[in-house]
Amino acid sequence: MIEVCDLTKRYGDAVAVDGLSFKVKPGQVTGFLGPNGAGKSTTMRALLGLTRPTRGAALIGGRPYRELAEPLRQVGALLEARAVHPGRTSYHHLLGLARSNRIPESRVREVLGTVGLEGVLRRRAGALSLGMAQRLGVAAALLGDPPVLLLDEPVNGLDPEGIRWIRDFMKRLAAEGRTILVSSHLMSEMALTADHLIVVGKGRLLADTTVEAFIAANSRSYIRIRTPEPERLRDVLAGAGVRADSGPDATLEVTGAPVETVGALVAQSRVTVHEVSVQSASLEEAFMRLTADSVGHRAERSAVRSTGGAE
Amino acid sequence: MTMASTGSAVGSASAPALGSALGSAIAFEWTKARTLRSSLGSLVLCFAASVGIALLFGMVLRGAYDGMSPEGRASFDPVGSGFNGLRLSMIALVVFGVLLTSGEYATGTISSSLAAVPRRGVFYTAKVVTGTSIAFVVAAVVTLVTFFTAQAAIGGAHNAAVTDDGVPRAIIGAVLYLTLACAFSMGLATMLRSSALTLGILVPIFFMGSEILNNLPKVRTVAQFLPDAAGSIILRREPPDDTVLGPWSGIGVLLLWTLAAVLAGYLSMRRRDS
Repeated sequence: MIEVCDLTKRYGDAVAVDGLSFKVKPGQVTGFLGPNGAGKSTTMRALLGLTRPTRGAALIGGRPYRELAEPLRQVGALLEARAVHPGRTSYHHLLGLARSNRIPESRVREVLGTVGLEGVLRRRAGALSLGMAQRLGVAAALLGDPPVLLLDEPVNGLDPEGIRWIRDFMKRLAAEGRTILVSSHLMSEMALTADHLIVVGKGRLLADTTVEAFIAANSRSYIRIRTPEPERLRDVLAGAGVRADSGPDATLEVTGAPVETVGALVAQSRVTVHEVSVQSASLEEAFMRLTADSVGHRAERSAVRSTGGAE
Repeated sequence: MTMASTGSAVGSASAPALGSALGSAIAFEWTKARTLRSSLGSLVLCFAASVGIALLFGMVLRGAYDGMSPEGRASFDPVGSGFNGLRLSMIALVVFGVLLTSGEYATGTISSSLAAVPRRGVFYTAKVVTGTSIAFVVAAVVTLVTFFTAQAAIGGAHNAAVTDDGVPRAIIGAVLYLTLACAFSMGLATMLRSSALTLGILVPIFFMGSEILNNLPKVRTVAQFLPDAAGSIILRREPPDDTVLGPWSGIGVLLLWTLAAVLAGYLSMRRRDS
């Protein structure tokens, strides 16, 4: 299990992580979500003992990483995909890591097979494509068959096939009962992959919740109506107890009533309408709204995605 | 350095003793060193440069001896002349040391290396021990081959035998000089974390600095305490009579430089994030 307690990291005056606390449970994929610069990588590096916290602790199985014996057998990590010497072959890169933690050499071929790189094991890492380098990073993380995995932005730079591969792979590893913490700045990606979400912004915890609860709490849906007679329709709706707000471009936005009710009221009142459509705010918008303060600019309204429309 | 961790960790594995952790870490460093073309290349260069130059110098000296003035003949040192190429070998070993250490920072492999061996003291000790051991073996081979190549090229009339006065000292001294230069570079490179910066500082100090400063009368007394100048006094059969340092005290000074650099590397490794 992963435990972050009141973790704070300052670089001079800049605060990268600010009193962050959360726990990550085994058996599920936990998404670690936040805009760029929210402190995700710093937290990951603190968990691996690569960064010393200014205050607080980042623990794995109740201990700091530096105290773990043969840590690759307990924690697998994917940080930068290119953290491999370009002049060394995939096989030798993994062989060195295996030696460092007394992992049998046979395991090297095994993990290269698992990630589908057995064909390029004699190729120098510098000649690998980004997708292959990412797979090599995953192979390194799996080398010690660890119960805990930390993956920092694993889908960055991958093609759609690679993204799907990583996604399925993480789910499979979680189903085996492992603890998986995967960071991302893409809400949509996490919605597809993660079961649980830790959302951070400016180094602070913004949400610690299941993906379902996050979507329910943060996605805003409304009915958009375009009409040449907005005032009249607004009165009609108000008469039925339905609230309508002015939207952009002289539209009305209705929340709190199903589209069937709104459609029926429009028909009864015989008001001309050009559009009645259900608009769902995308998860991306929900995420941007949540982190808007922490990145210092408002989420754009254009992120709203139409899920159905009629003229 | 953190002590061997106590108690059991998250998994079923129990904490290994410090010795076993160091053994694994050395196996790691050894694997990394032998699987890189650049580090192997620097060792081959180290050998080829020294032996090649010994051969050339020896052949030139064989022909030139007869034309030398009496003073020239009196000060002729077949051992020191034969070891001229070792200065280039030394640079190749310095590059080797730098590739093993700051090379990890340059390529970003330091993160995955420290994730594998998180105890900084164990990691650093393993690196310095491995690099220095490789340098020692290579230095011993290079020195011996260089010596015999040079003496064979100079020819039986004027060359030195391995049993001559001062020759065993010069051979042992050359091995120490090369090995210590490599260890010194590893300490400095760990502290500076940059190959370019390290080579930009090291090569001048080791090579040009002492040569240039030694020719300036006023700073000469101080300049002979530079690592290269001090360590290379032992490379000659007869020590020069115009220096404060002798062969062994010169090696002693180089050893002090090396210990200081290795300690500085260790302190910076412990103190800084990576």
